[in-house]
Amino acid sequence: MSLFDHRIADIHELLHKKELTVTDLVNESYSRINQVESKVDAFLSLTEEAARKKAKALDEKISSSSRLEGPLYGLPVGIKDNIVTKGIRTTCASKLLENFEPIHNATVVERLNEANTVTIGKLNMDEFAMGSSNENSGFKVTRNPWDIDRVPGGSSGGSAASVAAGEVLFSLGSDTGGSIREPAAFCGVVGMKPTYGRVSRFGLVAFASSLDQIGPITRTVEDNAYVLEAIAGHDQRDSTSANVEVDKFSEALTGDIKGLRIAVPKEYMAEGVSDEVREQVLQSLKTLESLGATWEEVSLPHSKYATAAYYLIASSEASANLARFDGIRYGVRVEEGNLIETYKKSRSQGFGEEVKRRIMLGTFALSSGYYDAYYKKAQQVRTLIKRDFEEVFKDYDVIIGPTAPTTAFKIGEKINDPLTMYATDILTIPVNLAGVPAISVPSGLAEGLPVGLQIIGKFFDESTVYRVAHAFEQATNFNELKPEL
Amino acid sequence: MKRISEEQVKHVANLARLEFTDSEIEMFTKQLDDIIHYAEQLNELDTTDVPPTSHVLDVKNVLREDEVRPSKDREEVLKNAPDHADGQFKVPSVLESGGK
Repeated sequence: MSLFDHRIADIHELLHKKELTVTDLVNESYSRINQVESKVDAFLSLTEEAARKKAKALDEKISSSSRLEGPLYGLPVGIKDNIVTKGIRTTCASKLLENFEPIHNATVVERLNEANTVTIGKLNMDEFAMGSSNENSGFKVTRNPWDIDRVPGGSSGGSAASVAAGEVLFSLGSDTGGSIREPAAFCGVVGMKPTYGRVSRFGLVAFASSLDQIGPITRTVEDNAYVLEAIAGHDQRDSTSANVEVDKFSEALTGDIKGLRIAVPKEYMAEGVSDEVREQVLQSLKTLESLGATWEEVSLPHSKYATAAYYLIASSEASANLARFDGIRYGVRVEEGNLIETYKKSRSQGFGEEVKRRIMLGTFALSSGYYDAYYKKAQQVRTLIKRDFEEVFKDYDVIIGPTAPTTAFKIGEKINDPLTMYATDILTIPVNLAGVPAISVPSGLAEGLPVGLQIIGKFFDESTVYRVAHAFEQATNFNELKPEL
Repeated sequence: MKRISEEQVKHVANLARLEFTDSEIEMFTKQLDDIIHYAEQLNELDTTDVPPTSHVLDVKNVLREDEVRPSKDREEVLKNAPDHADGQFKVPSVLESGGK
């Protein structure tokens, strides 16, 4: 048994009673990393010396007379490598940022520091968060702890794999088109994409600014709620962060979902979704029915257009956001000839193939003569997709379907065909376009591989999403299934 | 019908400040053509009078008082620069030689 089989709330009690120390937790992380990291390859850098020092300092502050400061006190966390950490190398898994050491912390990192967590290291991802398999990392391919010949999903593949492998208690990822939920589903852990604007993006290296959102990956729904409480909330430094009160998500976990109205979009159960995944979702709906919820089939009629709209919008925003990587103020410079040639050499040698493909697509979609036909058209379709969700949420509390159309695929299986790879995200992309929150929770195994159930909520109604996910988890205990490594 | 030509790909690459080998140009031409072909399914939808969504929330300008605040330390900011001199980022020549 691992210390990380305990819930956050249990660890908190053990620390308070001095039956466990923060040093024990940090030891657990690094000894597990020593044991399994050669198979999983989840981390791009480790911060062991600083972590041990911080653990010691936190242990010295614990006294049995007063409560620990916050529920996350002393917990080992891994952070996706597109979230900037002061003085800790932050690469976005790109060769272009191989040596980049940020001079400030992202807001979420500051909030974790205030919550007294201990950073264990930075996690692998698809370069600049562009990908669904982690194969687009400029450095290495993270492997799925359930089957190391398979992908962990992406782009937050390191974030999901490290939690599933027991290397950290929880991690942070980012989700632009499914990058938290799809890897969470593939690795059998809990991943939340909060409402757009719920969590500050300050210090998240931007991919597609109107879609990006940071969220937690954990072993249990309750743990996830605790982490989101700590990182959410308005931030002056992100003008798109919402000035909306942060609910006590952990208090929403009543276990009671009697009378809950569930919508199941027929488009999410259609062709392209594997039989075993569909079967799992139907089983999960039976479980939710037995808890007093009801479900009906609905339609999100514009779902099939979401992927095309997404790739135009996200790539357009990316082409603008990634213009800043030019080898001048930071990053790797390849100097040759004049300034423009230096830009071209630095960018062409620094970026990987998928990043270049998306910059090209986005630059094309925004270029003179094509803007209205592609970019504006995609934004109009985005409106139709958003309206689909608003329509369904008039009559239902949550929308439920699979997170991904299949279980984790083999490394190398889809990497040479961009459109097949993009289709992996057909069930998660519409949620980002609409901006609403959604979680992926483990819903059992199919042929030995985890399947994720996706629960989508109304704007800023993470509480209901967590309540449903928690009730489901309590009824099934699928979160207790662990990979053998 | 081919939507994208190699010439277009070269033009877009220049706009994006990227450069490619001939075989890369060939690959991107085919792949971008496939992706744009796929994206054209959006034309099945009538979007007359549908406003574009650039942002899901109501985004407003966020203003603050124009107060003097400390900036980042110059030495720290230059720490990550590939090249710097006299407290400034150093870049290769901007103008072609002869264009003085």
